[in-house]
Amino acid sequence: MIQRTPYADAFTYAIMMLGFFLLLGPFLVVIAGASQTMQQVNTVPFSFLPQGEFMKNASAAWARADLRTAMTNSLIMAALVTAGKVALSACTAFAIVFFRTPLKHVFFWSVFITLMLPLEVRVVPTYAVAADLFQPVKSVLSLFGLDIKIEWNLLNSYAGLTLPLIATATGTFLYRQFFMTLPDELAEAARMDGSGSVRFFFDMLLPLSRTNMLALTTIMFVYGWNQYLWPLLMVTDPSYKTVMMSLRALLPSDNGIPDWNVTLAGSLIIMAPPVIVVAVLQRWFVRGLVSSEK
Amino acid sequence: MADIQIRAVRKSYGKTPTLHGIDLSFASGEFVVILGPSGCGKSTLLRMIAGLEDITAGDIAIDGRVVNKMEPRERGCAMVFQNYALYPHMTVAGNIGYALKVSGVPKAERERRIAETAKIVGLQDYLERRPAALSGGQRQRVAMARAIIREPKVFLFDEPLSNLDAKLRVTMRAEIRKLHQRLSATSVFVTHDQVEAMTLADRLVVMNRGHVEQVGRPLDIYHRPASTFVASFIGAPAMNLFKTRTEVETATVRLDGAAIPIDPLVAHALQGRDVIVGIRPEQCRLTREGHGIPARIDFVEELGVGRVIHCEIAGEAFAAAVAEDAEVAAGDTVWLSLPPEQLHYFDAESGRRIEFPLPGTDIPAARSSASITHPTGVLS
Repeated sequence: MIQRTPYADAFTYAIMMLGFFLLLGPFLVVIAGASQTMQQVNTVPFSFLPQGEFMKNASAAWARADLRTAMTNSLIMAALVTAGKVALSACTAFAIVFFRTPLKHVFFWSVFITLMLPLEVRVVPTYAVAADLFQPVKSVLSLFGLDIKIEWNLLNSYAGLTLPLIATATGTFLYRQFFMTLPDELAEAARMDGSGSVRFFFDMLLPLSRTNMLALTTIMFVYGWNQYLWPLLMVTDPSYKTVMMSLRALLPSDNGIPDWNVTLAGSLIIMAPPVIVVAVLQRWFVRGLVSSEK
Repeated sequence: MADIQIRAVRKSYGKTPTLHGIDLSFASGEFVVILGPSGCGKSTLLRMIAGLEDITAGDIAIDGRVVNKMEPRERGCAMVFQNYALYPHMTVAGNIGYALKVSGVPKAERERRIAETAKIVGLQDYLERRPAALSGGQRQRVAMARAIIREPKVFLFDEPLSNLDAKLRVTMRAEIRKLHQRLSATSVFVTHDQVEAMTLADRLVVMNRGHVEQVGRPLDIYHRPASTFVASFIGAPAMNLFKTRTEVETATVRLDGAAIPIDPLVAHALQGRDVIVGIRPEQCRLTREGHGIPARIDFVEELGVGRVIHCEIAGEAFAAAVAEDAEVAAGDTVWLSLPPEQLHYFDAESGRRIEFPLPGTDIPAARSSASITHPTGVLS
């Protein structure tokens, strides 16, 4: 129902603006602080005006936290997680929607249940497996009194950083919802034209789900980039550390110089890639989630 | 070109049977229309020929080869779907040429054949468009072109015209007929529209509830419906049917108190049996007051070429087609006469047609069959 309610409108807008400024405030602090000198950033009251020191602060931050390695690692990790999630969820949804097997519901619910078990909940068992890949096999075998001696772990590797994060129910459901909107005749027409199921997947489903894929890419890149707990567990070797871990290294030490301007410049650099990805993909992001373009 | 044999084919979904033993045989190059109400199993049968549905029991053979276990692509069938099922992300050319691309035809030859096929259906200027930018009729043509380009032995049409508006439907009907004359591939066309069925078919298959009710040439089916179902399904408005008892002495059937004279030989043959008597609306005649059956008109339908009066006789809806200059209006009482030679007789129990002469009777064959089974009628 659409009504003219000027006072209610003004009220809702006021609440919205308030929320907007609350969100925006920290960003203003970061942007302003990152471009000030150490004296300026420590002045009370804090000035929200940006100054001209950003490049200097940024290069100091870059050097202090070894952001070069960390940024590279994070980019690789986020890219692998994104690609893996997008590909795996497309395949899973394809299997769930287009194939009739007796175990269909088992598969569906086993994917569904992972929504209730995010990584943070299952972090200990997941770590145990990642630290010793054959652990599950060994424990089964030990029931029969057998013992094998194979050691293979994923610690300090890109595989270890990404693989446990790749299975995703969210992505699978996004694809599933889209696949289910496609008419059955589309698959049948393709079958009549002689296309097998794999060919159908690549020729029809992938091109048709382009907007979905971009929406998912956006979400999953940000998700992969923001991972903190898992890399912290998996990585001990500094050459594999990610930006979220470097954030700590950017903090001024307890009794050291309070150069918060460098810290803020560093966090601005770390924030940049997901912002760029979202900015570039947001048009498709909204379309992929809202409408089913056909 | 290929013939199709359907032998004792059954289909069940779980425990629910939908087709109860279908036996049909389509000759090479024939245009067969399968007609029936929705849910009668006609689309299922078509999809079983195509290979999109499993065959629960029985055999389907195309060109002499049993195809039960074959993939759709191996059967040499092409299908046109009701909602066209075009590939939305491909251009018209991409849609038409997809089957060739899948089978690995080189690009140059593919493009030549796409151009050729597009010309047949009149789409040569639209090859670069997406389906979303086409009208309903053009999409229909793309769907047909996609089927034609494969040079299939068998064309399958699954209610392809039901998404089009009435005028376009008539045009496309003519085009499909012309196309069939040109390509002369065996065609099976499923529809629930009897006008489509009558105009397109070489041979018509009428189905109901998973059974074949009647197979034959369209006019034969129109003139000699094999059951009350076929009688009421074919022809618009539908045939008037009423259940009654034949009286041998007076050679009449009773309808709402009025006695309708019937052929004395037929009356004799029926021996006072309960029958369902049918007459097509266009065979009813208006007559003088006091003769025939009185009927109060509920409403009058204007068709342009004539008018259809709707009334109620003996609690059943009754329709009669009259000339456009007939002076009739809602609320009037008219008198209808039903010419005895235009009556159809069906068994009251089974609804099957009663053919004359009945076995074991001494009615002269020539007379009764001439008068009953070949009435002169026009298709409305």
